Amino acid sequence: MAKEYETVIGLEVHVELATKTKIFCGCSTEFGGKPNSHTCPVCTGMPGALPVLNKKVLEHAVAVGLATNCRITRYCKFDRKNYFYPDNPQNYQISQLYLPICRDGYVEIDMETDLPAGWLPGAERALAGADVRKRIRIHEIHMEEDAGKMLHDEREDCTLVDYNRSGVPLIEIVSEPDMRSAEEVIAWLEKLRLIIRYLGASDCKLQEGSMRADVNLSVREAGTETWGTRTEMKNLNSFHAISRAIENERSRQIDLLESGQAVVQETRRWDDAEGRSYPMRSKEDARDYRYFPDPDLAPVSISDAFLAEIRLRQPEFRTEKMKRYRACYGIPDKDIGLITGSRHMADLFEAAVELGGQPKKVSNWLIGETLRLLREKELDAEDIRFSPENLVKLIALTEKKEINSTVAKEVFETMFEEDIDPEKYVEEQGMKMVSDKEALQRTVEEVMGANPGSVQDYRNGKERAIGFLVGQTMKAMKGKADPVQVNAILKKLL
Amino acid sequence: MANIISDETIEYVGILAKLELTGEEKEQAKKDVGRMLDYIDRLKELDTSEEEPMSHVFPVQNVFREDKVTNGDDSENILRNAPLQKDGMFVVPKTFH
Repeated sequence: MAKEYETVIGLEVHVELATKTKIFCGCSTEFGGKPNSHTCPVCTGMPGALPVLNKKVLEHAVAVGLATNCRITRYCKFDRKNYFYPDNPQNYQISQLYLPICRDGYVEIDMETDLPAGWLPGAERALAGADVRKRIRIHEIHMEEDAGKMLHDEREDCTLVDYNRSGVPLIEIVSEPDMRSAEEVIAWLEKLRLIIRYLGASDCKLQEGSMRADVNLSVREAGTETWGTRTEMKNLNSFHAISRAIENERSRQIDLLESGQAVVQETRRWDDAEGRSYPMRSKEDARDYRYFPDPDLAPVSISDAFLAEIRLRQPEFRTEKMKRYRACYGIPDKDIGLITGSRHMADLFEAAVELGGQPKKVSNWLIGETLRLLREKELDAEDIRFSPENLVKLIALTEKKEINSTVAKEVFETMFEEDIDPEKYVEEQGMKMVSDKEALQRTVEEVMGANPGSVQDYRNGKERAIGFLVGQTMKAMKGKADPVQVNAILKKLL
Repeated sequence: MANIISDETIEYVGILAKLELTGEEKEQAKKDVGRMLDYIDRLKELDTSEEEPMSHVFPVQNVFREDKVTNGDDSENILRNAPLQKDGMFVVPKTFH
């Protein structure tokens, strides 16, 4: 019987903050500019340049710290982390070692609600005997600057560097080794991502690198107290990559131990296409950073007033929102989970209900057509452009039976694209349903006259024949009829 | 000289500083670093147990910038600092990625 192993995981999460300018200079952080067009002597590390802290960076960092139950360091400083690499023109990264802005926090995960939508629970959950709710502690959060981007020129056999990203503000969130499975990691990251997105502190897109997670993992025999030797996994660009890398690294370490070998403490790089990881060269992994306080940057002292102001601006977060929705709106948990998956969608929902939209009807449009179109167009919920007013108008049009559901979907698609006023649009496009009973009856009679076979079939007991007749009537009415009403008239005449 | 620097230490410091030293330079560096550490030892004779470590000379704090873009595209001037440039980028020796 093989030994049972426990996986121990801690994370280092880098998040790019949503500021207009870099952390220490007035260069734009906009993505995709011409190479080196957002650079200056500060972010290219020129001698004599003087970095000055962007106040917004401090505000975002403190906001994230408060939202994750951290202690805010009232007197904090920046330090230089020294290493040579061409993406870092100063030869040191300005970061925080001795007095990071936030310490000793936690984020609680609930495996029932915090996994991303559509994430299937893994088999390991039962194995790990994981609790449904668990508190994952945060060791610290610090502020630092991002590095430049390197491109490899195959033809000239050299490396090209673009410093537009150099000096883009980051926070690094370091967890305690409190996670025991890939699933807990994903739930924690998703919860963290939503907290930060609700704050507007970052868009947290893993694929685009505005959120990056490094996984520290070790295994130990179940029941033992000592830690195993850990490795650090980098280059994880999606939740799926993270999950696969964890499974893979867990097996790799267990195989080593089972065959009597030792796990080497090292940094590894995940190759998602190959589904395996490689050790990074040890030169790149020199851990001797010789930190010292940065003499160019003045220390930061945080006042009670500053803290109070940030506290006041904190939004209602998802967990509280879900509780309130359950109590107030009478919509299913599945709807609540999907709507609160984005603050923008939740705001839209609440505004539409406020304007008189019936909660379940508003929810149906959001989790149905809206999510479908977002997926189809590869957009984010934050990109939704239609207003709550127009959504409520559209719902009213269907309720008053002025348009049927097929037409409503058509109108909605246009609304999704251009935020048109559905009332005006329906009027202009002549999409209103014909509610004139006589006109409807005339059409039904014509259809019956043209399809005597179906009429006979129905009268002979073939009930399905009525579907064909309804379809023909709708077609004749160019879709502008209420199928329920057509059905009723047909039944009467038949 | 009280502090004797080993060959391994000077080798390691050389790696961290990205310096390639000749045998002669290494011997000189060992002596220099040894003397620096001797001086630090002398400073250590002072009792600083009651002192806060100091990182800044001036008693200033909370120096901030507003989050407003003040710099435009100055890539032409910035790239003048590059020994070599190509396609608007700094050229550096091939680096393992």
